[in-house]
Amino acid sequence: MTTLKDPAGTRVVVGMSGGVDSSVAAYLLKQQGYQVIGIFMKNWDDTDENGVCTATEDYNDVIRVCNQLGIPYYAVNFEKEYWDKVFSYFLEEYRSGRTPNPDVMCNKEIKFNAFLEHALSLGADYVATGHYARVRHMEDGVELLRGVDDNKDQTYFLNALNSKQLEKVLFPIGEIEKPRVREIAKEAELATATKKDSTGICFIGERNFKEFLSQYLPAQPGDMKTLDGEIKGRHDGLMYYTLGQRQGLGIGGAGEPWFVLDKDLEDNTLIVGQGYHHPALYSKGLIASNVNWISKEITDSFHCTAKFRYRQKDQGVTVIPLGDNMVRVEFDNPDRAITPGQSVVFYDGEICLGGGVIDEVLKD
Amino acid sequence: MERIYLDHAATSPVHPEVFAAMKPFYDEVFGNPSSIHHFGREARRGIDEAREYIAKAIGASFEEIVFTSGGTESDNLAIMGYAFAHQNKGKHLITTEVEHHGVLHTFEFLEKQGFKVTYLKVDETGKISLDELNKALTSETILVSCMFGNNEVGSIQPIKEIGVLLRDHPAVFHTDAVQAFGMESINIKELGVDFLAMSAHKINGPKGIGFLYVKKGITINPLLHGGEQERKRRAGTENVAAVVGLQKAVEIALSERQQRRKTYITYRNILLDTFRREELHFTLNGDPHHYLPHILNVSFPGINVESILTNLDLDGVAVSSGSACTAGSIDPSHVLTAMYKDVSRSQSAIRFSFGYGLSREQVEEAAIRTVKVIKRISR
Repeated sequence: MTTLKDPAGTRVVVGMSGGVDSSVAAYLLKQQGYQVIGIFMKNWDDTDENGVCTATEDYNDVIRVCNQLGIPYYAVNFEKEYWDKVFSYFLEEYRSGRTPNPDVMCNKEIKFNAFLEHALSLGADYVATGHYARVRHMEDGVELLRGVDDNKDQTYFLNALNSKQLEKVLFPIGEIEKPRVREIAKEAELATATKKDSTGICFIGERNFKEFLSQYLPAQPGDMKTLDGEIKGRHDGLMYYTLGQRQGLGIGGAGEPWFVLDKDLEDNTLIVGQGYHHPALYSKGLIASNVNWISKEITDSFHCTAKFRYRQKDQGVTVIPLGDNMVRVEFDNPDRAITPGQSVVFYDGEICLGGGVIDEVLKD
Repeated sequence: MERIYLDHAATSPVHPEVFAAMKPFYDEVFGNPSSIHHFGREARRGIDEAREYIAKAIGASFEEIVFTSGGTESDNLAIMGYAFAHQNKGKHLITTEVEHHGVLHTFEFLEKQGFKVTYLKVDETGKISLDELNKALTSETILVSCMFGNNEVGSIQPIKEIGVLLRDHPAVFHTDAVQAFGMESINIKELGVDFLAMSAHKINGPKGIGFLYVKKGITINPLLHGGEQERKRRAGTENVAAVVGLQKAVEIALSERQQRRKTYITYRNILLDTFRREELHFTLNGDPHHYLPHILNVSFPGINVESILTNLDLDGVAVSSGSACTAGSIDPSHVLTAMYKDVSRSQSAIRFSFGYGLSREQVEEAAIRTVKVIKRISR
């Protein structure tokens, strides 16, 4: 039975980050008559040498909003879980020359696993977050739907969740568009109404990515070469570069700008080439592993749309299941800079079907 | 649902008699004690009577009591005030690993100012060793600070013995008695301390007031500069009503001390007996024989402390993990970490603390609710 419970007497634990989205999520649930509890998750210790910690600032905002709403608030520490399940994976992927997506892993292992379990231990009927996505609760299961604000839709990051998790989830702001969320926050005079949205990977924040990564992984500088083997300069370490990247190569000279085409891990070489549309950046398909189907298992080939990176327009693809939670994805049209480690996420109209991690890029 | 407050070691309700004693000093006797007119004199009398009373109550003399904003300020004033005034005599200080942050972080600050600090370890009962203290003392040591009773686990330190040990050493001795005051007998003459810090709100007085006992003849640098209040040791217009409230709170605490000790030991046993009867898996933290009766610290190994605290609060029982929080989430307590190697023990520790207004029935009910929560979340 997965139809929604009546709000009265139904306890919802809201994961509150101190941002406007989760503040409004809590506000809307309270308006709807749920018994709402706000919980702040501390997943990362970013205390600097002056003892300043952005988590403390964020938690103070959670406190202000919860007091405005008249709901109890608590905090929970998942630093260890985050380190073991998300950060270790993040480093391991970079170590293998891939570009991981820690947010996908954080949703799967922390927000909708460790946190969900914690909420259930508090007698919660549901957990809610400020994600731009929707869950359709039906008699025979659930479906994950895109948020109505196409510009903000976050189903890409939620692709690794399963229906058992989603049955317990409410996304109150998935039904509205971001500008309206800000408006609601302002109308309700919530303390976070004009707070800036956070950007980037949560544990890195505004810091320099390269500097951050270099604290954890040894950088091995090497050569930058063209496809023909001509040395064009030195790179600072393969992990600092993403396929299709233009910035930071430092190759001058005549002609079109230079782009990262590939990484050769064995030779520690960064392959570069000229032109945004360099043919070596294009591929016809990919192999994905760890594929997760949210509502029902798919065993036969089918056509649908997909995203290979966040905020990309949907692309037509044919999905061919290979067994072992792997699929082969063939693109209707060649696509640029498909990046191993990122997620491929499948859609049927507004339904997010699931996704997997890009393992291999198919050029021909 | 009746909410039950079992966090009196964090802070306590103001006693009605305290509140009543304070009230005239807000509206009728509102003068500035430094003023030369009638209004000022009236206020000054309130403060001086309080000072006289408190001094007598702890076996000190009138001019040895400095009113402060509470425990943290008293600790800071004693430690920093003495260290800075006497650094020419030596720059070595000694304290323990289990102090309140008001003491611990003051020493950490002094380390940054060029002082050397020895942090004495404690045993599994939370007590320091006199031997270790003796070994740590050098000719450079100018101050030793050791708390009276621990705020998290209730362990009581050998204050008298430390005082005796230091008789033959020029170092001064400070004790943070914030948590012990009102539970343990405190007589300066018997203790051999040079400084003693106390806070009103732990014993049903108002928040924002406390005192520091400073032994006659000992000079300290003030932290606050300004007027000549408190013999130039603490500038700023006195919080007259709070000082009067402090006096009343001390009066009540001392007159009811024996009775309260008995009551709290009963409460403690109600909780422990219920946990045993219900066969909860728990360990008692602290010194099982010699403890502050109003503090009970128990670990439920394998259970996340945040989960226990949140569940208990949702079920109307207010307790504490007894340790500081960062961004609201609970870090393992430095006290328990110093006492026990077993991380799961320090990560699952809950402090129950008793005080004025708490009834036996409430403690029984809290014990039942706690058992329910522990059983529910350990499944």
